[in-house]
Amino acid sequence: MYNFKYHKVNTIQEAVSLLSSCEDPKILAGGHTLIPTLKQRLSQPSDIIDISTIKDLSSISIQNNKLMIGALCTHNDVSSSPDVISTIDGLSELAKKIGDPQVRHRGTIGGSVANADPAADYPAALVALKAVIHTSKSTYQAEKFFIDMFQTAIETDEIIRGIEFEIPITSSYKKFKNPASGYAMAGVFIAKFDNDIRVAVTGASSVVFRLREVEEALTNKFNISSIENISIDSSNFNDDIHASSKYRGNLVKVLVEEAISDLI
Amino acid sequence: MTKINTSINGKIYSDEVEDNTLLVDFLREKLGLTGTHVGCDTSQCGACVVHLDGNSVKSCTTLASQVEGKELLTIEGLAKDDDLHPIQKSFQNNHALQCGFCTPGLVMSSLDLLNKNKNPSEYEIREWFEGHICRCTGYKNIIKAVQEAIAL
Repeated sequence: MYNFKYHKVNTIQEAVSLLSSCEDPKILAGGHTLIPTLKQRLSQPSDIIDISTIKDLSSISIQNNKLMIGALCTHNDVSSSPDVISTIDGLSELAKKIGDPQVRHRGTIGGSVANADPAADYPAALVALKAVIHTSKSTYQAEKFFIDMFQTAIETDEIIRGIEFEIPITSSYKKFKNPASGYAMAGVFIAKFDNDIRVAVTGASSVVFRLREVEEALTNKFNISSIENISIDSSNFNDDIHASSKYRGNLVKVLVEEAISDLI
Repeated sequence: MTKINTSINGKIYSDEVEDNTLLVDFLREKLGLTGTHVGCDTSQCGACVVHLDGNSVKSCTTLASQVEGKELLTIEGLAKDDDLHPIQKSFQNNHALQCGFCTPGLVMSSLDLLNKNKNPSEYEIREWFEGHICRCTGYKNIIKAVQEAIAL
């Protein structure tokens, strides 16, 4: 990898001030996307700002009936947290399906959300669970945060502090893994709230999206037969060596059905 | 250059590293701890697994600077003199290795699994090894070795 200047910071303020003063900085949290990218020389930052030891970003708590997860919580923290398991089981299950145990010990939720990989798992959960992303200077609704492939609403001198999730009655995440990379060829998160249902899809397109027609049908009646006649428009889906867009369209419907049967 | 202080296999090390040094390169090239291997160098094969503050991690995907103030355990830290660690013995007993390249990582990973789950099922062992690749054994004897180590 190219050389860079490494900085370890202890506060968000320090990190933000380095983000403003360095020429082309990158934030390092768990490093499980950034370090492979550096090794492949796909990125050449002038400075690496290691935020992994900032103290107040790694806790998980329930506050005002919302689940709060600090940006530095690892996937393993999320999957094994009693607070996550007792409130949003689907989110714990999702975290358990990311990478492998060693990756889950290092990769963080904040890093994954900031990176906005179109095949990452968390975006589906954030959008389905009406999450709010808290940053060093603002808050964002998840739906407005993910803009496109590797593109978010966050500015260059902004850092994610944590994510606030609404607690649903129940939820489920179903994913079809690429057998080589483990990334989602498609992933569907369904969250059932008191008055509505949210269905969000990752991996199928360039960015996470909601299946509004499916949501409406399920809000009226929550069973598989109520979505029988809905066809998934796959015209804008990813079409690559792993799967055609039509295949992904079918996959999304199958995963929706699997998630529904999980929750009945 | 970044200065790091770290405990490796119970011994304190203070050193200066280039900012872009990977942990695995620091261990192998600077400290001569060559038991930790570089297999794929893309965080997939698990030959480089070490323990960082009690969790198994891939040292090819960690910067040496990131272990400042932390505790590491590598494969060299398991055997006591000539006495192999029980997991190393069970790998030997079950012919759980052929070329041995993936073995240090698998042994470190097995130890982390058994530290966290005293009695894993075969399914849980197989799932735990998702981040490891062994091209010789077909995994069967590795699973048997872990199952034997449960009893040790």
